[in-house]
Amino acid sequence: MQKQLLTVENLTVEYWTRKGKVRAVDDVSFYLGKAETLGVVGESGSGKSTLGLSLIRLVPPPGRIVKGHVWLEGKDILKLREDEIRSIRGRKISFVFQDPMTSLNPVKKIGEHFVELIQTHEPNVSRKEALERAGKLLKDVGIQPERIDDYPHQLSGGMRQRVMIALAIALNPYVVVADEPTTALDVIVQAKILDLLKAVQSIYNTALIFITHDLSIAIERCDKIFVMYAGQMVEHSNVRDMCKNPQHPYTQGLLKSIPNIELAEQKLEAIPGFPPDLLNPPSGCRFWPRCSYAMERCRKAEPQLIETEKDHLVRCFLYGEMV
Amino acid sequence: MSKPIVKRSMLSRIIPAIGSLRERGLSGWLVIFGAAIVISIILMTLLAPWISPYDPTTKGVNVGAPLTPPNSKFPFGTNHLGQDMLSRVISGGGVMLQVAFLSVAICLAIGVPLGLFSSYMGGILDRSVCLVMDSIYAFPGLILAIAIAAMLGRGVVNMALSIAVVYVPSYFRVVRSQVLSIKEMPYVEAARSIGAKSRTILFKYILPNVVPSIVVVATVNFADAILTAAGLTFVGLGVEVDIPDWGWDLANGRKLLPSGAWWVITFPGIFIILLALGFTLMGEGLSEILNPKLGE
Amino acid sequence: MERWCEMSQIEIVRVENLKKYFPVEKSFLERLLTRTRSFVHAVDGVTFSVRKGEVFTLAGESGCGKTTTGKLILGLIPPTSGKVFFKDQEITKLDSEKLRLLRRKMQIIFQDPYASFNPRMKIGEAIGHPLEIHGLATGKEKRRKVLAMLERVGLTPPEQFKDLYPHQLSGGQRQRAAMARSLILEPEFIVADEPVSMIDVSLRTTIINLMLDLKKALQLTYLFITHDLAIAKYISDRIAIMYLGKIIEMGDKKEIFSNPMHPYTQALLSAIPVPNPERKRKIMELKGEVPSAIKIPAGCRFHLRCPFAENICMKEEPELKAVTADHIVACHLAKG
Repeated sequence: MQKQLLTVENLTVEYWTRKGKVRAVDDVSFYLGKAETLGVVGESGSGKSTLGLSLIRLVPPPGRIVKGHVWLEGKDILKLREDEIRSIRGRKISFVFQDPMTSLNPVKKIGEHFVELIQTHEPNVSRKEALERAGKLLKDVGIQPERIDDYPHQLSGGMRQRVMIALAIALNPYVVVADEPTTALDVIVQAKILDLLKAVQSIYNTALIFITHDLSIAIERCDKIFVMYAGQMVEHSNVRDMCKNPQHPYTQGLLKSIPNIELAEQKLEAIPGFPPDLLNPPSGCRFWPRCSYAMERCRKAEPQLIETEKDHLVRCFLYGEMV
Repeated sequence: MSKPIVKRSMLSRIIPAIGSLRERGLSGWLVIFGAAIVISIILMTLLAPWISPYDPTTKGVNVGAPLTPPNSKFPFGTNHLGQDMLSRVISGGGVMLQVAFLSVAICLAIGVPLGLFSSYMGGILDRSVCLVMDSIYAFPGLILAIAIAAMLGRGVVNMALSIAVVYVPSYFRVVRSQVLSIKEMPYVEAARSIGAKSRTILFKYILPNVVPSIVVVATVNFADAILTAAGLTFVGLGVEVDIPDWGWDLANGRKLLPSGAWWVITFPGIFIILLALGFTLMGEGLSEILNPKLGE
Repeated sequence: MERWCEMSQIEIVRVENLKKYFPVEKSFLERLLTRTRSFVHAVDGVTFSVRKGEVFTLAGESGCGKTTTGKLILGLIPPTSGKVFFKDQEITKLDSEKLRLLRRKMQIIFQDPYASFNPRMKIGEAIGHPLEIHGLATGKEKRRKVLAMLERVGLTPPEQFKDLYPHQLSGGQRQRAAMARSLILEPEFIVADEPVSMIDVSLRTTIINLMLDLKKALQLTYLFITHDLAIAKYISDRIAIMYLGKIIEMGDKKEIFSNPMHPYTQALLSAIPVPNPERKRKIMELKGEVPSAIKIPAGCRFHLRCPFAENICMKEEPELKAVTADHIVACHLAKG
């Protein structure tokens, strides 16, 4: 196996709440190659946001990373000291948050955000130089460089998100993790931002982990995708196979339930049932209460991930069991 | 989906949002602990005629030698009139509790409706009422209470009134800020869309959601009323001499301190603090419970 | 009026030149220095009608005025000018009491299932409350109707659900409860304001399909408001695209999606994500961003962003003109 950029092994994150332990991310493993785009698809409660945050160790309490490794450049991020992880955040891995309205500091000018970021990681850079770089980065994301003197409230939502992206790539990181970066935006702006991400990736050779609930966007924009349900990875595949041959009943259900404007006539089918309660997840396979193919086996045992074809993993007893 | 919570304490039956207090962790314990203190003191005061060893009023003067330190016969000692301090402490909370409950009742009767209607109607009416309330609020509480009590004279009712005047603005403000934010909530719009009249909206949709904050203000009000009542009595604006009262003991006890009689001021003082503490703990705990925390 | 109006079947709601301007709050100093007042032109002259039994969609991006239009139609906010007719009765002229009674016939489903319920009322109480308000049923009869409605929207067993509080339900369940509340008065017309945008993807279809089933069973008419054109395509019969407070294209759903004439509609449609990795989509490039609704551009309000803008677009505001029988568009460059 070629040397991968980012390798995640058995990542498990729990929230220790007053009502009990919630396993938000359950034994997730995947790898990411250079300049690859990986889509992480799931609904609310699937654990996708927690997964994203754990990659830069920003899981808020009462969340704890309980198990697993995140290998980047030969080091396990999860074992680093606080000062070591701080030097990685923004520089080797950066994060684009969902809500552009609240992610920028309202009392700091746009330029200041860049200065702070650059000088934290490269203390020798002068303020003047940092602002010059900021101007160039804004140009790269399609904003006039003069706007470094503006305050966040003077920019629209779309522009603020572009600033977030510019901040994320400012130090030329290996990986950018974007958590629903376009959900709060209108569809035309969304398309522009997604195009921008693609353009930025090709200029800077950055890998992208794109977290979203929108399977359509993931399919359109990513190289490979994995689907999360109740904290577990239930299917992982490259995007073509995911579309042509979705194997997990949840993935199939999702594809049948999203409206596709390219189809002339469409009968949307709903996935029955309700999202699982993570405090008391269903026994066995977490999806069985909603699955039309559920067998006795599914209630009793938890299926493991099986590779059904090259690079296509599924967690489902329909495809046999691991020996 | 999730099973309805079955165990509910009595308080939480009244205000369903509280749920099961024990499940709430630290906040729940604060409420339980605080409530325990308050209820014990109330019980003690109510049962005073039966449980106090001696008569705490002027009839019980000289049951023992004046200014005896705490001993087996008089566990809290005696004061300068020879009255048993233990009996006085047991019965002395009555005035304060009455004042506290009465002032809260007056505040609820005036402050809450005023806040509700003023902020719901808005306009000039709202602005004028706010002006009045803010002016009262600007005065330091105890001083205003003293001024009003001095005007009205002695007695439980007058004490309660003076405290109420000081506190109504707090209720008004809290209710108003709640109403203003609730007014904009989709469920109020939904109520209008199903054809509800303004009165229905105010009492069925807005008021129930304001109640939690009122509860919090009320508990703080209680605590403050206790202390203010003690203060008023201390400066001589409280009740008649004959009625046993902690505030009165504080005043006397202070004068007796130089002669070394520490017990006259100490024990009533402890109980005043305890009662105020009980209400404060309840208020703290309730405030945390009733203000929903996001993202758990 | 336009030809297409005369050809409609039974109209249930008609809107004529509806406008809603919101005054902009200015600071004291600004008010002192500038004599003029500024307004947000949320809805700037909208005319359309909804036929009985159809799903009419108002679509557009945020800030285009679609939600405000929905609320204007229901009389939840008063218009600045223009008229709204419900079954030929001009509701903009009604006093508040008559309007309140009319609410029985016109209902709304809100976008946010979490906030559209009073947290202190049990679901059963909330659903039964409309009956109480209008004096239609009490006691046992009310209970019976509430249970029947819960059953109808799929919240079973109804006896259990009626005693739950809103926070004990999931988003999808709450939205079903919202439908139950809207339907209990047996209305004829329902405004659904982005009813599924805050619900999980896998539950959206359930709600949408439920809405369609109920429409058939109860002979409802929907005004569906959304920014999600993919859902709009699935659910609508007719659709109107709004931009900056005006309708810029309107007509039969199939027509609009297969033959979008307005450049904005074309751009919108090209931007919709499609679950197809092979799709080589050319997203139509639009310059700049949506201008503020306070200072509406002169001429065609879209001309500053339009890749095809010509001289006339800067000077004259285009009128809605018919392209085919059920397709009208406001664009100087559209050919009939």
